Amino acid sequence: MSVPMVEAHGVHKSYAGVEVLRGINLTVERGEVTCLIGPSGSGKSTLLRCINHLEKHDAGELRVDGNLVGYEARGGKLYERNDKQICAERSQIGMVFQRFNLFQHLTVLENITIGQVKVRSIASEDATRRARELLARVGLDAKEKNYPSQLSGGQQQRVAIARALAMDPKLMLFDEPTSALDPELVGEVLDVMKDLAKSGMTMIVVTHEMGFAREVADSLYFLDQGVIEESGNPREVLVHPRSERLRVFLSKVL
Amino acid sequence: MTTNGDDAVEVVPVRHVGRYVAAAVVLVLVAMLGHTLISKVPTGQTACHVSAGVPTCHQVSNWRFSWNIVFHYFTTSQVLDGLLVTLELTVIAMTIGIVLGMLIAVMRLSHNRLMSSAAWVYTWFFRGTPVYVQLLFWFNIAALYQSVTIGVPFLHITWLHINIVAFFTPFHTAIVGLGLNEAAYMSEIARSGLISVDEGQIEAATSIGMTRSQTLRLVIVPQAMRVILPPTGNEVISMLKTTSLVIAVGGVTDLLQSVTLIYSANYEIMPLLIVASLWYLIVTTVLSIGQYYVERHFAKGALRTPPPTPIQRLRTDLRGIAGKFRSPRHATIKAAS
Ligand SMILES: Nc1ncnc2c1ncn2[C@@H]1O[C@H](COP(=O)(O)OP(=O)(O)OP(=O)(O)O)[C@@H](O)[C@H]1O
Ligand SMILES: [Mg+2]
Repeated sequence: MSVPMVEAHGVHKSYAGVEVLRGINLTVERGEVTCLIGPSGSGKSTLLRCINHLEKHDAGELRVDGNLVGYEARGGKLYERNDKQICAERSQIGMVFQRFNLFQHLTVLENITIGQVKVRSIASEDATRRARELLARVGLDAKEKNYPSQLSGGQQQRVAIARALAMDPKLMLFDEPTSALDPELVGEVLDVMKDLAKSGMTMIVVTHEMGFAREVADSLYFLDQGVIEESGNPREVLVHPRSERLRVFLSKVL
Repeated sequence: MTTNGDDAVEVVPVRHVGRYVAAAVVLVLVAMLGHTLISKVPTGQTACHVSAGVPTCHQVSNWRFSWNIVFHYFTTSQVLDGLLVTLELTVIAMTIGIVLGMLIAVMRLSHNRLMSSAAWVYTWFFRGTPVYVQLLFWFNIAALYQSVTIGVPFLHITWLHINIVAFFTPFHTAIVGLGLNEAAYMSEIARSGLISVDEGQIEAATSIGMTRSQTLRLVIVPQAMRVILPPTGNEVISMLKTTSLVIAVGGVTDLLQSVTLIYSANYEIMPLLIVASLWYLIVTTVLSIGQYYVERHFAKGALRTPPPTPIQRLRTDLRGIAGKFRSPRHATIKAAS
């Protein structure tokens, strides 16, 4: 059996003495979609940021694709990886943000080619060809010359997904990708994500879209106050929550 | 007022009496000033000449602003050479200021405490003392250090040896003094630009695997430019005029120094100061136009529709004015039926 894409054992993270993650255990198998739900401040973003090493976790074991995040185990010791290795690791994990974070000074096409050209040293023509393919895939081939400020929120988020996909990631992290969108724009972004899930991409999605979780996710984790309170098949967990906290949370968001 | 059918209802615009009065006052003042610019004043001398044996005399009068003298000196080689020196000083000192200022700004934002403290102290010192004093200081630096050697101590390895006395010619003193002072101001401008870039941009760049220096070069600096450029344009214009302080180090004949030399010989002080002022104004004007287009370039993506160029704006203004004259005195609107 192959190693899981993401494995967390007792992951801890504190900010200035305040424990935000208090022993997270989670496993994400290859090709699976995992949804992460939980109240505001429960540590969902922090967990995602630890997985692609935007933040350093303080304790516990965190593995992506079998490798420890940020460290290398050699001869019974842990060696901290240098910046270059960390950047190389990160480039294989795509991240999509709540507020899109497209590069404002670059056109849609340039947003998608810059990582390929500058990080992966791909020739500019090849990068452009790949960018056009991805734009077609997210349904925005007509917008390549526009700047992000000229697009709607939904369009910007689809470009952001294309930008992440351009790095050929083995894992995609989504941090509330539809929370900043007007209700009528949520569907177009979820459609792209469903399509991506069907293609076999491994995804971790922080979301409040319970419909999406029920329909697409293979597993669901409910995070509360820095611990996984409940997890399992979303079609079971969402219908018959065992813990009181999840029941209260669901009654608020549904 | 009836609102039935297709009756057009007359709309009488409000008259702004105060505005008309204010405009009239301004116009009169401008006319008076304009008149003094082109007026002539009697010199108190009379000139006589004899024609057909009959002497005729008349009062001699001159331009109040001695335009003939201004015009005469405006393009003399002495003035143009001075202008060139001023431009050289501005370009070199500004280049030092921008490059060093950018570096100090990045140091200031570094996570390394030593780096950020060093940057802070630099800015504190160079902003806290008058540039004129700094120029005098560099002029006299040889009193403190005769030479500077960079190498490995005790091993007699030398990488760089600078003879301070020989290095600090008046021109070098001027660019070092102006450049280092400018770097302190530029570093604050650059810093404000760098921190104006949304943190999300940095996260996104990091998440696709960019290194810190790639993030800085490819994502942060290009976006910071929009904030950095307008005050930098200001600094260039300010530097153009600050170069006139090189009088502190002597021996650098910039624009002001050139006209000073001329008027100390011929006592035509006002006309020559006008010559210098006109040149400063001309260069400033050219710089402002350049600044506009550079800013426009770096505004890419920041605005949904880029602002019009001055020529486009002039065209719309003229069209607007023409439209005013063409339309009837009272605009009419169609009443809703
Ligand atoms: N850089 C930081 N410094 C200090 N505290 C932080 C930092 N980042 C996050 N926190 C704190 O950690 C806690 C968890 O934050 P996190 O962003 O992970 O929550 P979240 O579950 O994503 O919430 P939301 O649904 O609002 O996005 C919060 O209490 C937050 O204030
Ligand atoms: Mg969050």
